[in-house]
Amino acid sequence: MSSKDLILGRVRAALADDPAVPEVPRSYRREFPPADLDVLIDRLVDYKAVVHRGSDVAAIVGDIIGAGTLVVPPGLPKSWLPPESPARVDAAPGIGLGPETGPHSWLDQAAIVAADGVVTGAAVAIAETGTIVLDGSPDQGRRILTLLPDLHICVLRPDQVVASVPEAIARLDPARPLTWISGPSATSDIELNRVEGVHGPRNLHVIIWEAA
Amino acid sequence: MTFLGMPLAHAPRGVGHLRGDEPFPRAARTALANPQLRRNVQHATTTIRGKSGRVIAELPDWQDLRAAGSALKAYTMANLPRLLEQLEAKVTEAGGVVHWAADAAEANRIVTGLVRATGEQRVLKIKSMATQEIGLNEALADAGITPVETDLAELIVQLGDDKPSHILVPAIHRNRSEIREIFLRAMPGVDPALTDDPPVLAAAARRYLRETFLTTKVAVSGANFGIAETGTLTVVESEGNGRMCLTLPDTLITVMGIEKVVPTWQDLEVFLQLLPRASTGERMNPYTSMWQGVTPGDGPQSFHLVLLDNGRSAVLADEVGRSALHCIRCSACLNVCPVYERTGGHAYGSVYPGPIGAVLSPQLTGVEDNASLPYASSLCGACFDACPVKIDIPSILVHLRNQVPHPAAEKAVMAAAAYTMDRPRLYARAQRAAKFTKLVGKRGRGLPPPLNGWSAARDLPTPPPESFRDWWRSR
Ligand code: SF4
Repeated sequence: MSSKDLILGRVRAALADDPAVPEVPRSYRREFPPADLDVLIDRLVDYKAVVHRGSDVAAIVGDIIGAGTLVVPPGLPKSWLPPESPARVDAAPGIGLGPETGPHSWLDQAAIVAADGVVTGAAVAIAETGTIVLDGSPDQGRRILTLLPDLHICVLRPDQVVASVPEAIARLDPARPLTWISGPSATSDIELNRVEGVHGPRNLHVIIWEAA
Repeated sequence: MTFLGMPLAHAPRGVGHLRGDEPFPRAARTALANPQLRRNVQHATTTIRGKSGRVIAELPDWQDLRAAGSALKAYTMANLPRLLEQLEAKVTEAGGVVHWAADAAEANRIVTGLVRATGEQRVLKIKSMATQEIGLNEALADAGITPVETDLAELIVQLGDDKPSHILVPAIHRNRSEIREIFLRAMPGVDPALTDDPPVLAAAARRYLRETFLTTKVAVSGANFGIAETGTLTVVESEGNGRMCLTLPDTLITVMGIEKVVPTWQDLEVFLQLLPRASTGERMNPYTSMWQGVTPGDGPQSFHLVLLDNGRSAVLADEVGRSALHCIRCSACLNVCPVYERTGGHAYGSVYPGPIGAVLSPQLTGVEDNASLPYASSLCGACFDACPVKIDIPSILVHLRNQVPHPAAEKAVMAAAAYTMDRPRLYARAQRAAKFTKLVGKRGRGLPPPLNGWSAARDLPTPPPESFRDWWRSR
């Protein structure tokens, strides 16, 4: 007998009493008012993310990164990048940010490690928990891209912000690699208090992009 | 084929970490003799209770979420065979390979074999209760493979040559200055000017593990949830070590207990609200990673899921005890437990300490192998109130006490003693009852009840001259 058959056989035998299958009560909140950006900002700041609001994303990115180097995913709007800071694009060969930037290839790990920061969009943000979720879309890129640089700048459109976890789950695609991010890397392992700054990016900046 | 009458398959002896070296009361006595440990645990659990209480109070529907979580788990257990097969099909469809491990030894064999096949000598580990339970690190080491624990607390435990003492924060028994000393002593290349400032300690771990993350080709993880409907696996973490392990290596091996399956994607909306608030007392933990099989061009291109029984099917067979399988490993029950707060986690012997350990470990191993654990509780009920999936731990404890191979009189006395530990007046009455039953103690090697009930194999600790409560308090 295979181990699969053995285990499933044991499980079926264990359930020989035919336990009652309860109706799952969904009385928890599933309808929400529109997301409140102030709540999102409050929660982000509480977990030590830096929040910016404005219409000129490129200028804000420029202020944050200064003379530092950036890596970006292939589908990032070029208008989000300061012209004076040439970003390296992580893309399948032949894909770029547009005709001006030319064709690109996958960056190797060393190039991503060497970058000072990464700029991405997001799939969804959750106000109640101060969470942004990346799903690997072209403006968010491969997971490695947002993992190795010590600074992550994430640009959010207000219509991407939902109030609650159930709304975020409903918007997300479970077939995609998802990364839920709530503040910079942190640990609760020293005396159970939250301390920022372990292996992931130690600096998280969120730009809420409000049309001019 | 019928499986009715199939013998219960408990977690086998001789492999893994579900059985302690000594019964709870004796181990507890060692722990109680260490006031620093008690202060550290008390400080940490007090902190977390406050944090957790505050963020739970923010949700007006916390009780509704608990009710949903509890029902979802009961639904899952009742439909486990179907959900497991669905999960297997979905993971396979998405490019993963699913393995079934009947027990710890088989799981260790599978993982070791998979690592060997890559030719690598070193694997990254993400903190996982399942891999601790099966003793995977020892199995890997025996095969000449070095497991590197990447979670900060696990690293503290590994460098300190210590044992985990808490589900969530295995080094909860260490304070910052002890952590600093461990790092100074055992972390290669550490800055000798290291201070005990927590951010400085976190930065030291970052520096130490960075190169290892970048160069190791295989990682082993656990999983918090495996969605049957979609084949999506989920790991909830804080530091980013999980993301490193789930993203950078070529090969990812995930070991998941069969009870961790979740029926649908939508159900995550319940557990992702319950877990962080009950666990670390955060609205959301810093990072949660989800993946389905293999994503071309992104992350590990070889993914293996090992589904582990190791006694879980035996737990499932007990109509009262099976709800211990509902546990989402948040550790809230540890943090509110007066017994855990005094003894710390090591006294429980198993990798699952605290109230959940007291009901889960004896059921996984068979109650004879952890006979003192059902008594490691005062039955105060705080664990039940704290549990985000409403596991009625006190009722399971009482149920298990009735299965412990002891004469009925001892069981009754012991139960009463544990119960009254935190209730002085009841306790005084119990003391008189204990004197009355001294004869029972005289029959064996002299330890008066209630303490003898705590010892499984008649292997009794020296009788303390003080009363039970004095003994307890004075340690
Ligand atoms: S039994 Fe409940 S409270 Fe304890 S760790 Fe499990 S889920 Fe958390």
